[in-house]
Amino acid sequence: MREVIRLENVRRDFVVGGETVHALRGVSLTIHEGEFVTIMGTSGSGKSTLLNLLGCLDRPTSGEYFLDGSAVRSMDKNARAALRNRKIGFVFQNYNLLPKTTALENVALPLLYNPACSAAERRRRAEQALLSVGLGERMLHKSNQMSGGQMQRVAIARALVNDPAVILADEATGNLDTRTSFEVLVLFQQLHAAGRTIIFVTHNPELARYSSRNVTLRDGRIVSDVRNPQILSAAEALAALPRTDD
Amino acid sequence: MNLVNLFKIAFKALCNNKLRGFLTMLGIIIGVGSVITMLAIGQGSKRSIQAQIGEMGSNMIMIHPGGDRRGGVRLDAAAMESLKLKDLEDIATQTRYLSAVSPSVNSSGQAVYGANNTPTTVYGISPEYLEIRRYKVADGDMFSEQDVRTAAKVCLVGKSVVDELFPGGESVVGKVIRFGKIPLRIIGVLESKGYNSMGMDQDNLILAPYTTVQKRMLAITHLQSINCSALSESHTDQAIDEISAILRANHKLREGDEDDFTIRSQQELATMMTSTTDMMTLLLAAVAGISLLVGGIGIMNIMYVSVTERTREIGLRMSIGAKGRDILAQFLIESILISVTGGLIGVFVGVGAALLVNLLAAFPIYIQPWSVLLSFAVCTLTGIFFGWYPASKAAMLDPIEALRYE
Ligand SMILES: Nc1ncnc2c1ncn2[C@@H]1O[C@H](COP(=O)(O)OP(=O)(O)OP(=O)(O)O)[C@@H](O)[C@H]1O
Ligand SMILES: [Mg+2]
Repeated sequence: MREVIRLENVRRDFVVGGETVHALRGVSLTIHEGEFVTIMGTSGSGKSTLLNLLGCLDRPTSGEYFLDGSAVRSMDKNARAALRNRKIGFVFQNYNLLPKTTALENVALPLLYNPACSAAERRRRAEQALLSVGLGERMLHKSNQMSGGQMQRVAIARALVNDPAVILADEATGNLDTRTSFEVLVLFQQLHAAGRTIIFVTHNPELARYSSRNVTLRDGRIVSDVRNPQILSAAEALAALPRTDD
Repeated sequence: MNLVNLFKIAFKALCNNKLRGFLTMLGIIIGVGSVITMLAIGQGSKRSIQAQIGEMGSNMIMIHPGGDRRGGVRLDAAAMESLKLKDLEDIATQTRYLSAVSPSVNSSGQAVYGANNTPTTVYGISPEYLEIRRYKVADGDMFSEQDVRTAAKVCLVGKSVVDELFPGGESVVGKVIRFGKIPLRIIGVLESKGYNSMGMDQDNLILAPYTTVQKRMLAITHLQSINCSALSESHTDQAIDEISAILRANHKLREGDEDDFTIRSQQELATMMTSTTDMMTLLLAAVAGISLLVGGIGIMNIMYVSVTERTREIGLRMSIGAKGRDILAQFLIESILISVTGGLIGVFVGVGAALLVNLLAAFPIYIQPWSVLLSFAVCTLTGIFFGWYPASKAAMLDPIEALRYE
């Protein structure tokens, strides 16, 4: 399998009021195409810092980062913005949809920053992405007319629309109830099955059992990195959940 | 990202907050509107003054006896009679820059015809006076040089005099009216000129040969004033120098002596009068400009709030690939949209208000195309200028910080 992400001894230091905080203390990690990786760890262990680096929102203090073959550390702001636009799909804990904006427009947003993409193409791809997350019926609903689960699906569709090399999710189910969390997880598993590369940061150790690989951080270091030999099916788990709504 | 998309984004953001956008625009609307209205009023009154002065002859030069009295009162009897017939003749024969010269002596009193009478003024002049003051004969004829030589008892009358003395509307040429004790035969009626800018009735007058007024009415030999026309407006200054030289020589004034006459040009008068309205226009426009500035600050304020409010949105846009300049352009276009839309509405409001002033108060207005363009350009610049700071603040946000903003 093709290598999508390679971190080589990456460090990230923050200087706060004269003191240096070592958020990442030498992380080396390689992720291949088609992997579904969960990153776990206690609060403050550096998960979000790592994800920001992987998402090219931030640059390592030292060490090298290659995303789909390009060296990110030497890139300037604009080059990283362009890279995010083409190679990364973000899913946030709080959805971050534009208010008073339809699902279709929200999903098309990344393509708006791609000059090569025409209006017709934007619409076609946004519709396709919404269909693939099961929101074909709600394309013209505004973001404030949707439930949390639906909003997160829109956000996932937005992360898919540019056909990224990797999808990065930080606590993507953090704001959702158990049932809705599993619905979203089903969606991620479907994407994984379709060959997508996914990196999923979570606090919930149970969710690790539904991914293909588990990385655990502690104090800025990787303390365990194991393959999951037996991936559970989120769809089955969802079906087994006691129904409360009827 | 292309400009069309940026416009779409900015337009949508405005539509999401219509009331706020409109209130922000209001400052610009009032600013631009008042600039345009004020300039229209200022320019309107200036133009009407200029037009009326032009009617009187913009190349007219007036010579009065006595020194320049603008600095204080000077009542030297000899000086007041310093203009003589010889001065008139010399000016008329020696000039190179004048096209017409006429003396003027006048007498105010009652004109009487039958049972009707009216207060008016008789101007004793020569036939060239018509050309100088731009009067035209509507009916009958002007008197001749022969009438001047013989001090003939003939006259031309203005329309107001006709209306007062002949309310029946009969033909007046050939009728004999009395002015004081002197009977004057009407040989012509002047075309009406209406009121001038100072509210004076330009038709309430009688024109007679100056000799008639000098000898038969006033019993004087000097002239009260001399009116001339320069060849053109641009010859005015040369003509004034020339007249001054002739008069100083005639009056045997030595170098260093003060003039015992005053030369005023219509041009000078025009400049004097329009400078007042210019001043007013400037003042009004300055006040209006300040309101435009306040409108601009309103834009900055709202854009600043908008950027702060939408910090998370900015972070999101950056995370999905917006560059700093995309964010800058988005907010800049938004503030330009506000100011340009406000400016456009302001132009309509301003023009409308000016027309209303014209309609309701009968005040002369003139909407100068450049004033519209200027205020429009100024408010676009206002949008850019005041939008720049908030927009660049937005563009410089760190995406991670922005996404985390609560
Ligand atoms: N911008 C920053 N400036 C200073 N210190 C920072 C900054 N961002 C992160 N840190 C520090 O880096 C360390 C790791 O933070 P990070 O947000 O990556 O933790 P996390 O694993 O995501 O925690 P959580 O599970 O609570 O989200 C923390 O000690 C934090 O204080
Ligand atoms: Mg975190």
